[in-house]
Amino acid sequence: MADMINTVNMERLKKGEVNLGTSIMAVAFEGGVVLGADSRTTTGSYIANRVTDKLTHIHDRVYCCRSGSAADTQFPFEIYQAVADIVHYHAQFYAAQHDSRPPVHTIASLFQSLCYENKDRLSAGIIVAGWDEEQGGQVYNIPLGGGIFRQPWSIGGSGSTYVYGYCDATYQEGMSEDETVNFVRNTLSLAMARDGSSGGCIRMFWEGAELIETKRAVSGKPEMALPATAGEGMVVQ
Amino acid sequence: MSSIGTGYDLSVSTYSPDGRLFQVEYAAKAAENAGLAIGLKCTDGIVLAVEKIVQSKLLVKGANRRIMSLDNHVGMVSSGLLADGRHLAKRAREEAQSYRDQYGAPMTLKALIERVAMYEHAYTCYGSVRPFGISTIMAGVDKTGPQLYVVEPSGSYYGYRASAVGKGKQLAKTELEKLDLSSITVKQGVMEVARIAHLVHDDNKDGNFELEMTWIGPETKGFHEHVPSQLLQEAEDAAKRALEEAMEED
Repeated sequence: MADMINTVNMERLKKGEVNLGTSIMAVAFEGGVVLGADSRTTTGSYIANRVTDKLTHIHDRVYCCRSGSAADTQFPFEIYQAVADIVHYHAQFYAAQHDSRPPVHTIASLFQSLCYENKDRLSAGIIVAGWDEEQGGQVYNIPLGGGIFRQPWSIGGSGSTYVYGYCDATYQEGMSEDETVNFVRNTLSLAMARDGSSGGCIRMFWEGAELIETKRAVSGKPEMALPATAGEGMVVQ
Repeated sequence: MSSIGTGYDLSVSTYSPDGRLFQVEYAAKAAENAGLAIGLKCTDGIVLAVEKIVQSKLLVKGANRRIMSLDNHVGMVSSGLLADGRHLAKRAREEAQSYRDQYGAPMTLKALIERVAMYEHAYTCYGSVRPFGISTIMAGVDKTGPQLYVVEPSGSYYGYRASAVGKGKQLAKTELEKLDLSSITVKQGVMEVARIAHLVHDDNKDGNFELEMTWIGPETKGFHEHVPSQLLQEAEDAAKRALEEAMEED
């Protein structure tokens, strides 16, 4: 027992606790937005789920994904789901009262106030991304303390730390829909290749003014170390 | 006033046999007899004005403001019981602020007016309260552009391009109808509203008055502010000249 407190505990997770080491991403482009995430859930070294869906639908054209700084993602999924459910309720309420879709900024603000007011209990950041008539495709990053920052692109989760350099070097203003989708796919492939707690396949959503329905893709063969070939075998459902 | 003595006007929560709520109608009367207030929706903003009858020569000129801001981008003026107007403004400010807190964005006029109207309506439903004795113009510029609404004591509200409440509202509305409201700018609106206020006012009957005017337009960058005193003076001088010319023609 004495050993337990005097040695480094390699198993940070409590018994049965599920870890969502993650790579998530959202990028705005002219006329829309693309979101992506890996699909791995682990309990210790065991992959509990290799086809997890980490992109949460909030309203018609707004999605969000949860992140966290580095490996600190022991934020129970239930709490995140509860936060997303509350925001979903407010978004529906807004739509009913205003007879129009809530703007992406409004939904991000709802997340922000929940994260800020419960900062002592929550330990994960959230990326909110979506499209509206007023401002087009938008990405909002809501980091740990409950701030709110609009960004052209945003990455999060333990895998994101490996790919900041790639994103800074690759992202360009005015990218097309295809270029943006490739950017997301390549970034996540690299993150998943480096980060042991990210993996599985890449799930993506994209939506915008011209896209009547949200498009959705799951890559068949994601873990490519080289971005140039990372998209091979992608399936559009 | 056939309703007097029938016993159906003692409570707001009692209908008369022909389906009217007399207390609500009396409240509307309170609004009709107070100083005129005008609201104008322009292509690039809104203009609000109120005719303040000078009750005493001891009152400081320019003091005792009647037009209120509900949020940065919304103005309100009411005609009727002044304290009722201030209470309603307080409530509307609370609504606008809580909306900002919740959604992180300024409230649209449509959403604000709905809540204010529901608040007024609640005061027509219970025997223990009296309805608001005011007609209220609320106007502002939100993400959908310039907006103008009028709320009555009953809690019913309508959106207008221009409207007037209070004493002489009929004449003022007739004048507003003559304007080209689809192309008027706030600069032109200020001149027209001043002219109408001076036209409707009868110095002999109502005594002197002071004109208070606010606007939201390109000059205010979306904020609800008082019309600069110099511009207001110009507008009033032009209004007086126009009236004198009209008198000479007659």
